[in-house]
Amino acid sequence: MSASSDVGYHAQRQARWHYGEVAFWLIVLACGFAFPTRYLIMTDILRLALFAMSLDLVLGYAGIVSLGHAAFFGVGAYAAGLLALHGIINEPVLALIVAGLAAMVLGFATSFLVIRGVDLTRLMVTLGIALLLEALAERFSNITGGTDGLQGIEMQPIFGEIPFDMFGKAGFFYSLAVLFVLFLFARRVVHSPFGLSLRAIKNNPLRAAAIGIPVNRRLIAIYTLAAFYAGIAGALFTQTTAIASLDVFAFERSADLMLVLVIGGTGYLYGGLIGAVVFRLLQELFSTITPQYWQFWIGLVLVVIVLVGRQRLHRWVLYVPNLIIKQIAGRKAVVAVPESDA
Amino acid sequence: MTIALETQNLEKQFGGLRVTRDLSLRIEQGARHALIGPNGAGKTTVINQLTGVLKPNSGRILLEGEDITDLPVHKRVLRGLSRTFQINQLYPDLTPLETIGLAVSERLGHGGDWWRRMGTRSDVNGEIADLLARFHLLDVMNEQTVTLPYGKQRLLEIAVAIAAKPRVLLLDEPAAGVPESERHDILAVVGSLPRDVTVLLIEHDMDLVFSFADRISVLVSGALLIEGPPEQVARDPQVKAVYLGEEAVNV
Repeated sequence: MSASSDVGYHAQRQARWHYGEVAFWLIVLACGFAFPTRYLIMTDILRLALFAMSLDLVLGYAGIVSLGHAAFFGVGAYAAGLLALHGIINEPVLALIVAGLAAMVLGFATSFLVIRGVDLTRLMVTLGIALLLEALAERFSNITGGTDGLQGIEMQPIFGEIPFDMFGKAGFFYSLAVLFVLFLFARRVVHSPFGLSLRAIKNNPLRAAAIGIPVNRRLIAIYTLAAFYAGIAGALFTQTTAIASLDVFAFERSADLMLVLVIGGTGYLYGGLIGAVVFRLLQELFSTITPQYWQFWIGLVLVVIVLVGRQRLHRWVLYVPNLIIKQIAGRKAVVAVPESDA
Repeated sequence: MTIALETQNLEKQFGGLRVTRDLSLRIEQGARHALIGPNGAGKTTVINQLTGVLKPNSGRILLEGEDITDLPVHKRVLRGLSRTFQINQLYPDLTPLETIGLAVSERLGHGGDWWRRMGTRSDVNGEIADLLARFHLLDVMNEQTVTLPYGKQRLLEIAVAIAAKPRVLLLDEPAAGVPESERHDILAVVGSLPRDVTVLLIEHDMDLVFSFADRISVLVSGALLIEGPPEQVARDPQVKAVYLGEEAVNV
């Protein structure tokens, strides 16, 4: 039946890979070879990107605002640190997953608080949970090392084969691999009926329930998954820097994450990735020019973004690449930036 | 006759205000039942209790004989109770294809699938295509809902409710705000609903009510004033007084 296959074709439209996406990942991979002296900041960007992707899952798709995403980052970071420090799980990949699961458990437990209430309550509840954990981490200094943090973490080789080197090369490619795998998974999830139902809930929870979507259950599921992602990001932080200190829970970390998504946009998965790159580069740039006042300039950039509108900025940025892509692959392949929050 | 939907002594208060007063309705299977009443009579509050958006203070709601008073909204939908809204409740960013696709997936129990791309089940796709065609939405299936003309949005609103394959359908002013030129499509769709679907219509438009309904309940100040076939309701002096004013109704 032609109408039916037509529907199937169009329903999968967004789930198909675009040329621009392939190009994006190739460029990221190429950076790993092009800038061998910049592994540390590039790894930092990857971690931030993964962390931002986690927030994008709840904010961009399900519409849940959070000012306390660092809670999950922190739990993941400390979990990975403790596992390595006490030699409980020495293999980094396995430890990474376990740390992610620890954050996931916290995410599941706190999701019940978060799904009640509206945006403002959610901001306060998420913020409160992160502050609470920070205080707990400080209080139980016999476990967490208190304000000194966890010290003396020694990472074992990945899969027992690839050691973390002092230049951060292994750490970079390790982080990139983790980010890419989790990106693929997230991409699959957001283009599934489940993912679409999240967007429906964000758009109109009343109607979502009225067509039979179990709204709360879906929100709990995505919040829990996002906590897992944030926990992995935190664990990567500990594994690639060999430290875990109280600032993994810091409010600034959660707030920065919002800025990343303001820069990159939400609801198309690449927002967190692009935003992380731009945010860190701006931070570097401004702190080189004016070490004391970089926050002023970041603030200014944000104001401009909000006033000019991200979509217009994206069009400008994508103007040249699209011109080239059009020449090579034809009109249909241009990189459009879908915006759910424009 | 079996009873499709029934309320027993339904009571709802907002603070000191009794919005639904001891309301007992019985809607027969396959009926075309209309619920009418002046502004502020509490019609929408009744709908919200039937669908589970609001909890009644007391009383019971039965769907095909089963008590659904305490069921959440989405579970009632899966049991066959679906509704349209007086003011469109759609997803502005989603397309008609996605909107209907979600409703169909959810009813068939595939709505929670997270490992599978949307659009890979041919049974779901087939149903979506049928519905889009039936509601004249095929040509706009990939447009964002927010960009559609109001008449199309109204059709989508009804299509979504039908996509849930309800056994009882609540239509809250389906033709409200629709321009004259597009009314026909909507009325045709409402008129062509299969007879085994029970319809409860909430409507202001008297022409529509009297041409569509075979039974009418009149709600005044949250209480049932009268219930009967259209001719009887139209002739009732009380109804004329409180609801229709002095205007005569021709049936």
